[in-house]
Amino acid sequence: MPDDSPLIRARGLVKRFGTFTAVDGIDFELRRGEAFGFLGPNGAGKSSTMRMIGCVSPPTAGELTILGLDSVRDGAAIRARLGVVPQEDTLDVELTVRENLYVYGRYFGLPRAVISERAAALLDFVQLADRAGDQVEPLSGGMKRRLTIARSLINAPDILLLDEPTTGLDPQARHVVWDRLFRLKRQGVTLVLTTHYMDEAEQLCDRLVVMDGGRIAAQGTPRGLIGEYSTPEVLELRFDPADHDAAADKLTAVPATRREVLADRILLYVPDGDATLAQVRALGLDPLTSLVRRSTLEDVFLRLTGRQLGE
Amino acid sequence: MDAGTALTGAPTGAPRATTPGWPFAFRQFRFWLTDYRRTWRGSIYSSLLNPLLFLSAMGLGLGSMIDKHGTARLGGVSYLVFLAPGLLAATAMQTGVGEATYPVFGSVKWNKTYQAASATPLRPADIFHGHLLFVTMRLAMNCGMFLAVAAALGAVSSPMVLLALPVAVLTGLAFVAPIEAWAVTRTTDTSFAMIFRFGLIPLFLFSGIFFPITQLPVWLRPVAYATPLWHGVALCRALALGTATPGASLLHVVYLLAVAAAGVFAGQRTYRRRLYV
Repeated sequence: MPDDSPLIRARGLVKRFGTFTAVDGIDFELRRGEAFGFLGPNGAGKSSTMRMIGCVSPPTAGELTILGLDSVRDGAAIRARLGVVPQEDTLDVELTVRENLYVYGRYFGLPRAVISERAAALLDFVQLADRAGDQVEPLSGGMKRRLTIARSLINAPDILLLDEPTTGLDPQARHVVWDRLFRLKRQGVTLVLTTHYMDEAEQLCDRLVVMDGGRIAAQGTPRGLIGEYSTPEVLELRFDPADHDAAADKLTAVPATRREVLADRILLYVPDGDATLAQVRALGLDPLTSLVRRSTLEDVFLRLTGRQLGE
Repeated sequence: MDAGTALTGAPTGAPRATTPGWPFAFRQFRFWLTDYRRTWRGSIYSSLLNPLLFLSAMGLGLGSMIDKHGTARLGGVSYLVFLAPGLLAATAMQTGVGEATYPVFGSVKWNKTYQAASATPLRPADIFHGHLLFVTMRLAMNCGMFLAVAAALGAVSSPMVLLALPVAVLTGLAFVAPIEAWAVTRTTDTSFAMIFRFGLIPLFLFSGIFFPITQLPVWLRPVAYATPLWHGVALCRALALGTATPGASLLHVVYLLAVAAAGVFAGQRTYRRRLYV
């Protein structure tokens, strides 16, 4: 297959469960070496999309080709070239760390010697070499996740699929996982990941789609999406709950590209946050806290859907 | 060693065929072998202890009283010799149902090792067949150990009993395949205890293992004829005692094969439905 053809190509992809439509006709393409993300809240259809790409969930309608092969007809051949990090750990907790890699390598028909060599390198890579002979059960959540990542790489996959790779991890463990994924990306591994963390999407993804209610709300690079759907800066103001509504009314006098009145905060989307804060004060308003920050994907999501990612 | 060497190499083991078959089931079989390496010692003790207890208590203890009243109804052999082939078939049933329930349910619900395997080239049918292969091996092991204990206790009258071994394995599979097909669809494990209590125990007691089913009331006999266990018991005993006839033997084998095949057919579908959501 020539290198410039898309590794994954989806056209009008639909997934229904009974009467519920989880994925409602989405199109996307993925190229070699890209880190591609599906960003959206829970229930947006990210995991259903990921399972279809993983060839363990036949699409209800539409077209899905992966590595030039049909996702339904050639599922086994495609899966032989994928690495999968599922949302929920599927490690065999009664086996040792090394045995988990060995068993998984056998599923791909790899010879013992190849598995041993790769397992040693991969356990080094995910910083679990000293736990190789230990049972999986007592490992921490972060270690299990890293082991799952190592396991997903045992077949030297063309594409690595990660479904919410850091959900449920504490911040420190999450940073270790991000660091490893970033290294993989630098080595040229093609990554596809789903996340509802905008910082994860910003750090890891070259390109992403924002999903909501089974549809693609927007797609582009993190920077491009922010440029297109938000302003360079955001002024976040917090007032006493008693004054919140009155302040929101008064702020309509302050020029802003867009304003969002949330339950606890008011956001003003402006080119220069400090200048706008001065205008707010000039109106006689005195917020309890004020914060000038750069726009993030969270703001893009709010703009596109009217909701916050965590909701 | 640099992780990169493992990560950028050409993909290996990618099947050309789009319809993988038994070689793929064998990969899942290998998984179960690795898993079994942790528990094989304990399983062998109980596989030897169970026949020892049953054959000595029922066969030797109770049998010594029965034999005093004449053995005509037992076909002229001692109660111990009568009992052993029936217990052999029951051993296969018990081993099989044990392997077909909790290990299958655990793989799809607790450990999710089935989901892990389904992310690889293996298809749901390969995962199912791989476990059937493993259970077939376990059935052969347990039945083999049963016969060794039976021979040591003098419960075996001729080497013909070896012919009963594959029949016992087939009897086990007639339980294993349908029960696995059902177990993989479960979302809780509560119904497994019911199978043991209301399925296995009545079958164990009324399938001709401890007394010929001609002793049962006439209306109850067809129930016994319908169960795979009775066919297994009848054929194992006929082979062990040298009383087998071609017609009856063929009927038993066809019946057991049909039940097992129906289970395999169902399991290929239920495994797919459970793993490909």
